[in-house]
Order: sequence, then structure tokens, then C-alpha cells
Amino acid sequence: MKKFSADKLFKWCAVGAGVLILAVLAAVAVFLLIQASPVFIGDRDAAAHSISSFTGGSTTNFFVFVGPLIFGTILASALALFLAFFVAVGIALFISHYAPKRLASVLSYIVDLLAAIPSVVYGLWGAFVLVPHTYPVWKVINSVLGWIPLFGGPVSNPPRTIATVSIVLAVMILPIITSMARDIFVQTPLLQQEAALALGATKWEMIKLAVLPFGTNGLVSASMLGLGRALGETMAVLMILSPGSTYGIHIFTASRNQTIAANIAAQFPEADSMGVSTLIATGLVLFVITFAVNYIARRITHRSSSKKNGMIASVMAWSTRKFSSRNANHSAVSKSDTGDNNNGKAGE
Amino acid sequence: MGQRIDVNHLNVYYGDFHAVDDVNMVLESNKVTAFIGPSGCGKSTVLRTLNRMHETTPGAHVTGEVLLEGKDLYAPDTDPVEVRRDVGMVFQRPNPFPTMSIRENVLAGVKLNNKHISKSDADDLVEWALRGAALWNDVKDRLDKPGIGLSGGQQQRLCIARAVAVHPQVLLMDEPCSALDPISTLAVEDLIGELKDEFTIVIVTHNMQQAARVSDTTAFFNTQGSGKPGHLVEMADTTTIFSNPQSEETENYISGRFG
Repeated sequence: MKKFSADKLFKWCAVGAGVLILAVLAAVAVFLLIQASPVFIGDRDAAAHSISSFTGGSTTNFFVFVGPLIFGTILASALALFLAFFVAVGIALFISHYAPKRLASVLSYIVDLLAAIPSVVYGLWGAFVLVPHTYPVWKVINSVLGWIPLFGGPVSNPPRTIATVSIVLAVMILPIITSMARDIFVQTPLLQQEAALALGATKWEMIKLAVLPFGTNGLVSASMLGLGRALGETMAVLMILSPGSTYGIHIFTASRNQTIAANIAAQFPEADSMGVSTLIATGLVLFVITFAVNYIARRITHRSSSKKNGMIASVMAWSTRKFSSRNANHSAVSKSDTGDNNNGKAGE
Repeated sequence: MGQRIDVNHLNVYYGDFHAVDDVNMVLESNKVTAFIGPSGCGKSTVLRTLNRMHETTPGAHVTGEVLLEGKDLYAPDTDPVEVRRDVGMVFQRPNPFPTMSIRENVLAGVKLNNKHISKSDADDLVEWALRGAALWNDVKDRLDKPGIGLSGGQQQRLCIARAVAVHPQVLLMDEPCSALDPISTLAVEDLIGELKDEFTIVIVTHNMQQAARVSDTTAFFNTQGSGKPGHLVEMADTTTIFSNPQSEETENYISGRFG
């Protein structure tokens, strides 16, 4: 009886925690909606006036104002994710499959430490190290790859540009992605890895056959967490980027782009009440973007896993079958009992 | 055709631990050799040294020689990756690649060596390997379905098909039926009898009836206790081992008096 009530208590604690996260999310959404509403349903003249003051008089329409901010936010974050992703997967594979044990644990520790550095420190590093010293690098890339629109256009000096911001953002999100990817890679079933090796796979071929397919879904989740941090990053962008409000695609040109989060931080101290509402409305847009990005990523992994029958779908199929065979006959019971989590053995 | 393996003065160590002591044996070509013995006697370890899979355990190393048709698998210039292409392996539990279809699973090893295999060659090879593994009739209509959707016994035969598709000389089987029900076990045992026409087969089993049913030669391993190295007690024709063993240890083991 006592055991039963403890079980119930724990269950309701867990349910409570689950409900709490939904409640917090809903509260944030409601706050944003209420605070942003004056821009759309309040005094039109006041709203137009504050938007006009944010944009230097170029527009009074909220969506014309927020468009370039969305563009700048996504451009900087996407570049950062692109830069960080491959490096992170490389580091994670090195830690999980190549490095000797001691080096691997030291590296893991350092990666986790990197994640704990506050973003203002990354901002300082970007502003005082990258900005003064990276101009020659951008110049070279621009002259070699300038025919690609992204790398074209004039190169600003000092490079308070999207390119420099992306580097800093990439370094910031690197530890999150690395740390998650490592945790996934080390969980690859030994039996799968041995299957590949026994077919005459080299280490890299084994990783392609066993480790990466196992980790695909987890890698997408890790990237989304990283992207989420990049989308919302404020301080580092604020300290490095020279802002502008265009749809400029040239990442080496300053004063063309701005991100939503950095714009809020930059404008907030001087804003009147309608100005604050306008900024919060841009925050609402960022909230929606983050949701949309996560949703799209889930859809992509879900589709690829149902098409190719990836890990989640197949594990579910396996466990369903295992469960039904457990009821079906005795020999299947002993089979599944020896089957659980027995990742091969070192040898006997 | 299968090739023969000569094991000379093989000692296996995990770090400082001496796991297997001085094994000498001949594994005849196109014969089935069974390794039997109690847990911890080193039979799986010896099996894994035959294609250098023991090297996936950090600190594992061997002394002595393993000769595949006279060629030392442990010669300094021998690549373990090459060894495993000649000496294939089937594991204790079926382990098809979960994201791959049946067809992709069969071709997984082949694609490592030969990236540009034509579609018709690949089709022929898939059929040949699956027929060889007595699985073709079960799966020919659903080759593009995931391999993990098959039953346990079918998955194990899929793994055998995947191993034979790379045309190895020797096939190692590490308790291949221990996770299977009796009917699937029977199917795999029948298959072993057919496969020995083309491959040399070495099978580790805990099941003495199985050893008696499938093997031509049986090797009995034992250990003096945990922490002591395992060793080969005796090796002979399966009928001799089970009817007239030389050693009392073997006699006790096969009659069920211990182990």
C-alpha cells in the first residue's frame, strides 16, 4: 500500500513538471502577444511614429521594419550552424572513436567548459581579437570566391560584419552540438560496430555504416539546440556587428544587417512605451521563427526516418514485436531476455 | 572454396591478463569445427583472434601464429581489415544494420570493396547470397523492406548472407543460435551443413547437442578457474570426442558432470 502511494506521488510530480514547462511556454507566448498588441491594434499614429524612428524614417510598416531583421538573424545563425556542425561532428567522433581514453575525457571536459563561458566573453573576444585581425582573411576569401554572392561585395574594415559574427556564434554553439553528438555516438551499439568491422570495414567505413546512421536523429536535435542559441544570441552580436536594415547578402560588408535579438537590446534603453511594444513584437517574431525552425527539423527527421526506417521507427517496430512475442510463446521470452542491451562481449 | 587455418602456440592477453594459453590446432578446409567448453574457457576469444576482432577490445594482443593457408594473419604488414575480408563473422545476436533494407544489408560489405558494382551484378549477388543463406524465398518480394523487420531467425540468416556475400574463405560463428528459438536454430544448423561446401566454418557453441549435430571436428576448451588462462584440452573428430574422449575433463564436461 505504501509503495503504491509513493508510486502515485512520483507520477504526479512528473506530470506536474511536464505541465509546468507547457505553462511557462504559454505564459511567455501570452506575455509577448499582450505586450506586442498595441503595435497592431492600438494607436496607429504612435506605432507608425516609433517604427519610423527605429528605421530612420524609411518606413512606418512593421513588417517592412522586421523583414531585414529576420533575414539578418537567419543568415548569421545559418552560417554559424554550417560552420559549427562539421567541426562539432568531427570533434565528437574524435572523442568517441579515435582519441585514447584519457585524452577523450580531457577533451570532453574542455568542451563542456566552453559551453559554460558567458556570451559577453565571446563578444569581447570577437570585438577585440577577431574584428582587428580578420580583415586580411576576409579580403582573401573575397578575392578568390567573390563570384559567389555570399562572399562578394565590398570588404569592410574593420570587419564588423555578419562573417565575423558567424564565427563567434559558431564557436558559441560548437560545445552544445559537440557534447550532444558525442553522447549519441558513444551509445552506438557495439554489435553494430562489430558487424561493420567484421565485413572488412575500415574505421571510417565502420563509422559511416554504423555510427552515423545511428546518430542521425540525435544530430538534428543537437543542431536545433545550437541553432536556437544562435538565433537568440544578443550580446556577442551587439558587440561586434555594425547594424543596418537591408536584405544584404554580402557577409563581408558592414552596416547591412542586424539580428532581432541584438536590435532589441540596442534600441530598448531609448524606447518609449510604443517603442517597447514594437521591440516586443519583433521578439514575438523571433519566438515564432524558433518554433518554425524546430518544427521543420522534426518534420525532416520524421520523414527521413519513416522513409528509410531509421532508428526511432525501427526500434519501435522491434520493441513492439518483442513485446508481442513475449506473450506469444515461451521460447521467445527467453530470447528477448538474453537480448536486452547486451552489446556483445569483450570475449570470454 | 574454403581455406585451412593453422594455429601455432597462440597466447591471448587482455592487457596483463593471460586469457588463453598456448593453443595449437588445425582447422581443416571445408569442414565445420566446433569450439565447446564452459564459460570463461577462452573459446570465443580464440574464435575472435582468427579474424583479429579481439583487437576491438583495448589492450588485447596475441603471441604465436595464425596461418590462413600458410599466410600469417599477424605478420607485421598484414592489415586487419584485409584479414576480415577473408575471414567473415556471424555474431551471437543478429545485427543487421537497422537503417538499411534487406538488399542494402546483403550488399553492405560488398560495397566497401567495390563501390561501382552494376545493378544487375548486385541483383545476382543478392539472390546468390540470400539463396545461400536459405532466406531467398522468404524475402524475395520485400528486398527493399528494412532488415530489422524480419524475425530473429531470419535476421540471423540475413547476417549470414551479408557475411557470405563478400566471398570469404572462412566463416566464424560466435554462438549464432543462442538468441534464436528452436525452429530458427534448426534452420541455421541446416544452413551450416550446406555452407561448408564453400567455406571453412568455425562455430562456438554452448550447446553440446548442436556441436554434435553440425560439426566434423570438435575442440574442447577448459579453464582451471576464473582468473586462470583457458586452454585447449583436446580436439578430435566430433564422434570421437562425444563417444570416446581422451581426457577425463572432456568426459566430465560432455556427460554433464560440470560446466
